[in-house]
Amino acid sequence: MVVAGSGLQYLKKGITPHMWCPGCGNGIVLAMIFRVFEKLDYRMEETVVVTGIGCWGKADDYVVTNGFHGTHGRALAFATGIKAFNPRLHVVVLMGDGDCITIGGNHFIHAARRNIDLTAIIVNNFNYGMTGGQVSGTTPSGMYTSTTVYMNPERDVDICALAAVAGANYVARGTPYHGFELETNMEEALTKKGFSVVEVVSPCPTHYGKNNAMRTPVEMLKWIKGKAMTKAEYDSLDPSITGEYFPIGKLVDRDAPDFNTRYDEIRGRAMKDRTP
Amino acid sequence: MITTPNQTQLMQGNQAMTHGALYAGARFYAGYPITPSSEIAEECSVLMPKLGGMYIQMEDEIASIAAVVGASLAGAKAFTATSGPGFSLMQENLGFAVMAEVPCVVINVQRSGPSTGLATKPAQADVMQARWGRHGDQSVVALCPSTVAECFGLTVQAFNFSEKYRIPVILVADEVVAHMREGFRIPEDGEVTVIERKRPTCHPRRYKPFETDIDGVAPLASYGSDYVFHVSSSMHGPDGFSNNDPVNATRKIEQLHRKVEFHRDEIVITRSFDIEDADVLLVAYGITARAARAAALAGREAGIKAGVLQLLTLWPFADKEIGLASERVQTIIVPEMNYAGQVAGEVQKVVGPDRDIRRVNRYNGQIITPDDILEVMTR
Ligand SMILES: Cc1ncc(C[n+]2csc(CCOP(=O)(O)OP(=O)(O)O)c2C)c(N)n1
Ligand code: SF4
Ligand SMILES: [Mg+2]
Repeated sequence: MVVAGSGLQYLKKGITPHMWCPGCGNGIVLAMIFRVFEKLDYRMEETVVVTGIGCWGKADDYVVTNGFHGTHGRALAFATGIKAFNPRLHVVVLMGDGDCITIGGNHFIHAARRNIDLTAIIVNNFNYGMTGGQVSGTTPSGMYTSTTVYMNPERDVDICALAAVAGANYVARGTPYHGFELETNMEEALTKKGFSVVEVVSPCPTHYGKNNAMRTPVEMLKWIKGKAMTKAEYDSLDPSITGEYFPIGKLVDRDAPDFNTRYDEIRGRAMKDRTP
Repeated sequence: MITTPNQTQLMQGNQAMTHGALYAGARFYAGYPITPSSEIAEECSVLMPKLGGMYIQMEDEIASIAAVVGASLAGAKAFTATSGPGFSLMQENLGFAVMAEVPCVVINVQRSGPSTGLATKPAQADVMQARWGRHGDQSVVALCPSTVAECFGLTVQAFNFSEKYRIPVILVADEVVAHMREGFRIPEDGEVTVIERKRPTCHPRRYKPFETDIDGVAPLASYGSDYVFHVSSSMHGPDGFSNNDPVNATRKIEQLHRKVEFHRDEIVITRSFDIEDADVLLVAYGITARAARAAALAGREAGIKAGVLQLLTLWPFADKEIGLASERVQTIIVPEMNYAGQVAGEVQKVVGPDRDIRRVNRYNGQIITPDDILEVMTR
């Protein structure tokens, strides 16, 4: 029997040993998603978990709802087709920072602009965990990865700010350290109609931690904790140091009509139109 | 249907492909505009919402084929249309559709390249891209129309093969066929066979989305039905979950190829014109097949017994049919709008290296005329 509230009914049985390293944030995030699924009473038949390619993108192998594991960077585009054709489905899209923001950045912008009713849960571990810790579009400037051994000369993109300007209805950020808050934000994101985004700043001790002199998973988690603060705290920082920190919690919450609602209006107009 | 069936109508090739798709039951189109295919997108944007379906313009062709795949798994008959540059962008996700056995149709209205090339001018240079454009080991089906009526008929056929065998099917049209207008009669509902994908009938808990029946094809459920299922780009077992066992991988790759190979005789469609007594065999496809027919007729008037074998299916290749038709002819001619002789090379493989094949190639954005072919025929 599955313990009530654990969400373990969504976990595929017999999957151990799983592929994630000790100290990785992915398992914590997946467990949270399962608990929120249970809380929201998501039926397996009505739920589709769509994943990108990467360590986090392997999550679908551990899930017993409908699953879809596509190609690198394109998860949101596949998910758009699923949701657009069957709006009754809960479509939850799990992507890494490389997948969603770097190779797949254009789809991210347009999914937000289109305001399609998907929930994107992005695990941002600042690098490409799966392929050996290379630099990502979210690696902070000056940090080290396996392809920026002298330091990253480029700047990182702020996922939440990008989602906000592109038009997402709901945007939040959290960390596995702030479990309770993150779970609340996930629940809000899943219940929000329109495009919703939860960025989870998460440890990859195996690569990012190792490459940046954080020797243990705990050290890495503490590093993340030290950078996270509430939006109010963050907004009161001196602008010269905001780059060192990030705000967590809910950042955007609005109710613009979602894509399917708008498309129903199109169907209404088209059906009234008598021209062949 | 939106059009009036059973009446001869003047229609453009692109429009006919659109109506063919709707006739076959397509209710989802995702695409990104590119000449010479854009009329398909425009027509779908008008007609899909009228039929309760959906037209969605995606941010690029990568996303377009992805959305088509997603919609197909949600239960739609879905398609997209593009031209060479967009077709190149679709290849990775088209490979996904092969691996995950997702029915869908991709129309590639060929134009001249490389790259932007003579952007809107015709070419027949994507034959090999259709066959080998993706990485990895796989078979595909590609069809090729030469008239507006065939644009309609082969689009229905493309959906039928795609649904029946859980494969993506590529319709390799060309600019001339796509923009040409001809009269043709739209069939009535029920007049042309429309095939639906096989659905599972077992108990939902027993369902395995890649457990094949005797025909090499597994029933496909839709997301949102009682059947919960998992689909993956990774090598997978019958249950759809990752499986790296070499025995499983061998079985999967063989199954992907064999479901096409075993049904090859049904899938390979050719038409022959006057080949019974021919001394000269023209092997042609797309718009060039029409020039070939005109050239063959002109040849017969001049005393040359010429016949045409038209390839309506490009892949799998019509090797048997070509082998048979070429047995007793003296001359084989393959006209096509590309430099390398993409089909001529395949014909050469069929007839062997010792037989001479006369090639007629054009790659300057102009079509091959009957005179071009006649000249080579009478040489
Ligand atoms: C088209 C393509 N390019 C490259 C790869 C190789 N690749 C696999 S995962 C990955 C990066 C994953 O990074 P991220 O999305 O951040 O996920 P993480 O492993 O960190 O969870 C790359 C580059 C691929 N699978 N496909
Ligand atoms: S490499 Fe990094 S992201 Fe991947 S499982 Fe290990 S710790 Fe997690
Ligand atoms: Mg990453």
